[in-house]
Amino acid sequence: MNVDVVRPMVDQAPRRLGPIRYFACFRGIVWREVLRFLHQRERFFSALVRPLVWLFIFAAGFRQVLGVSIIPPYESYVLYETFVTPGLVGMILLFNAMQSSLSMVYDRETGAMRTLLVSPFPRSFLLLSKLIGGVAVALLQAYAFLAIAYFWEIEPPPIGYLTVAPALILAGLMLGSLSLFISSVIRQLENFAGVMNFVIFPMFFASSALYPLWRIRESSPVLYEVCRINPFTYAVELIRFALYGQIGPRLENGSLDLTNLYVVLGYTVLFLGAAIYAYNPSKGLIGRRGGPGGRD
Amino acid sequence: MNETVPHQLKVAPDALVVTGVSHRFGDNLALDNVSLTVPRGAFIVLLGLNGAGKSTLFSLITRLYDNVSGEISILGHDVRRRPGAALQRLGVVFQSRTLDLDLSLIQNLMYHAALHGIGRGEARKRTKEALDIVGLADRAREKVRTLSGGQTRRVEIARSLLHRPGCLLLDEATVGLDIGSRESVIGIVRGLVAREGLGVLWATHLIDEVSPTDLIVVLHKGRVLFNGTVPGFLAAAGAGTPRDAFQILTGAQSAEAA
Repeated sequence: MNVDVVRPMVDQAPRRLGPIRYFACFRGIVWREVLRFLHQRERFFSALVRPLVWLFIFAAGFRQVLGVSIIPPYESYVLYETFVTPGLVGMILLFNAMQSSLSMVYDRETGAMRTLLVSPFPRSFLLLSKLIGGVAVALLQAYAFLAIAYFWEIEPPPIGYLTVAPALILAGLMLGSLSLFISSVIRQLENFAGVMNFVIFPMFFASSALYPLWRIRESSPVLYEVCRINPFTYAVELIRFALYGQIGPRLENGSLDLTNLYVVLGYTVLFLGAAIYAYNPSKGLIGRRGGPGGRD
Repeated sequence: MNETVPHQLKVAPDALVVTGVSHRFGDNLALDNVSLTVPRGAFIVLLGLNGAGKSTLFSLITRLYDNVSGEISILGHDVRRRPGAALQRLGVVFQSRTLDLDLSLIQNLMYHAALHGIGRGEARKRTKEALDIVGLADRAREKVRTLSGGQTRRVEIARSLLHRPGCLLLDEATVGLDIGSRESVIGIVRGLVAREGLGVLWATHLIDEVSPTDLIVVLHKGRVLFNGTVPGFLAAAGAGTPRDAFQILTGAQSAEAA
């Protein structure tokens, strides 16, 4: 037996997956997400209108009902519009993440997800790249919203527009990886209504997006506890403080309370791990539920 | 089945080797000890009705999930143990569409080149080459939405060639196409086999796509019923046409399909 292996034609070129090729792949995935978004103007439009309706209409009406006392990071009484803005930015991230989860389920039904997963790069790298692409799109929307809100006299300090970016990225990654996990668990999503009812609304309303947590505790201690385990609460609070150039509230002893940051980081690691596990070809959930696309 | 010669000792490994693969979803045995080989430069027709197990087999070859039994290797690289090396040599045309309708042909192909880590300069060159092969170079800047079904399929084929695979899988690539488009798509793929020496696994339930010189694998209810040449297929069933042979081998209950 001839052990001197003759290299076959197709194998002649070395095909090592080095860092340059990883970067080419990452850039390609993120660029596609942004391109797709830019080509769907109605999606951009509706992504902006939703929080603006809340800001212009809901917040204006609610202003008289709910007085917000002075709480950090605000240094004086603030209008309800100002209080609710970080929550609405969180809402943009939340909707965006869930829409990308829906598109991933839809992609799986078509073939776009299959072509992504048939790429030779490690699957965790592919999923993370896709996630970051989604966050890039969410960032565009969030800044567009903040720009319009500025003319509605919601004027955080200029430095806040810079410091909010890392908070938006981190919160976007957390919500994105949650939605990635959901997309692997849900076999079929008939429409967006299911996600709205079971994920978006509960997460949004049972959080500090619309009312401060101490207000919630006054009316319902149980709901208060629900809000305190809701990851979205911590995302909103992280964005709220970051928009005013802070990482978190000051404790009474003067040290910085980093709970929001740590909780968002923790949830991100947890959700991302779960999503990568679910998409793992040997351990994951995809292969256990009756095959691909439902044909076999 | 496992005492065959290790693939790496062969002079040139086959494009695709599936050995003793079974797969189970709960109680449902979707694949039962399936083996098949696609040599280089061969056009293998994988014939099976919907539900025969073709999609499961494709999911395993493309590593949507891992095979738990048996072995699958692409040009000598085991899909489970060395997925990166194996998937770099595999091109796939999925049955469902994979292109973004709102993006141009170039934008779509550049994205898929990136998925294989091909840099932008090289990707542009290969995109042009691939579109030349499928005869759509003059449409490169148009949106995919403006293409017909057959043209979209041809772009899918161009897409699957960007990383210069040695093995090409096509899953029901002609479904929903009119006769002219079907012939054009099959012609392009047969040309690739003849000129470039690709090994092609062509899954279909349309039996008239079989040409007399092809090799056939008949998959039925998760099992390989026949594996060989067209004359051998006819002889095994004692039939005059591939259509009759298929009906005899798979039983009368499926006569209305194919």
